[in-house]
Amino acid sequence: MSVTTDIAAAPATPAVHADGHGHVTNTGLSNEKLAMWAFLGSECLLFGALISTYFLYRGKSVSGPTPKDIYDIPYTSVSSFVLLMSSLTMVLALAAIQRGDHRRLRVWLVATALLGASFIAGQVYEFTSFIREGLTIKTNLFGSSFFVLTGFHGVHVTLGIVMLLSLWNLSLRGKLPQEKSEVVEIAGLYWHFVDVVWIVIFTVIYLIPS
Amino acid sequence: MSSRAAEQTEHLEQASDHDAHAGHPTEAQYIKIAVILATITAVEVGLYYTSFSTVATNATLIVLAGVKFVIVAAYFMHLKFDNKILRRLFITGFVLASFCYIAYLLTLGVFQ
Repeated sequence: MSVTTDIAAAPATPAVHADGHGHVTNTGLSNEKLAMWAFLGSECLLFGALISTYFLYRGKSVSGPTPKDIYDIPYTSVSSFVLLMSSLTMVLALAAIQRGDHRRLRVWLVATALLGASFIAGQVYEFTSFIREGLTIKTNLFGSSFFVLTGFHGVHVTLGIVMLLSLWNLSLRGKLPQEKSEVVEIAGLYWHFVDVVWIVIFTVIYLIPS
Repeated sequence: MSSRAAEQTEHLEQASDHDAHAGHPTEAQYIKIAVILATITAVEVGLYYTSFSTVATNATLIVLAGVKFVIVAAYFMHLKFDNKILRRLFITGFVLASFCYIAYLLTLGVFQ
């Protein structure tokens, strides 16, 4: 086949690598990134259901403790700040791999995982203190909806920490080259999503009084 | 594939790779964005302790949470700079969830 015929046979819309890292797609977008965004869109429905359930049961507990009895706003504010800052370290990790700085990539990945772990440790402490004060998942409607919602979020953060440590391990073994920066970007999308969900939870569950 | 076609594809890939990161904030800008987010969080916590009208406080808290949500999605998740398809995909999920659950809560009289 001649050169001219070869080029003419190419699709009208250039099928290029999405972000230069995935395989060739018709949309020009990477399938992995597209799948992550579709997944995050569906996660809105999951967390929407959990937040709605909390609203539905809010103020309907026949026995205590109630949110006002046990919430420690200054403590949760610090936890929220920690998670918010982990989003910053995550974008700094992405920026580092995009310019080929693998040492900084590992530093920021570990920093993000540590901030996430601090958030989880804070949540474990909060749950423990709530249980000590008499609020369990079975105590009342508030306890059920609160523990299910924040517990699901905590599981998401934990999975994110596993992802970050896996990336750190891959980078340490030299298996995360600059050309595969999209892998870090996709993990980052998940991490930021977990952060935005907490932004909503912190406001509607903790700050807005019932 | 001929060498010329391969070169053309490679060129397109490089162009796409360059475009994918073009316009993304710099590290200094990311830090500024984080400072803005931290400030908004501090304002939210401050509002919690104020004794203004509950309706006004709650409305302000919701608006501030929305602003934080949009900032993280637009700048940290790069929705502002990425392909429109990704933006539409996420917004569709978010809007669908919002409408679905607001309708559900209204039906059950939660906001009455």
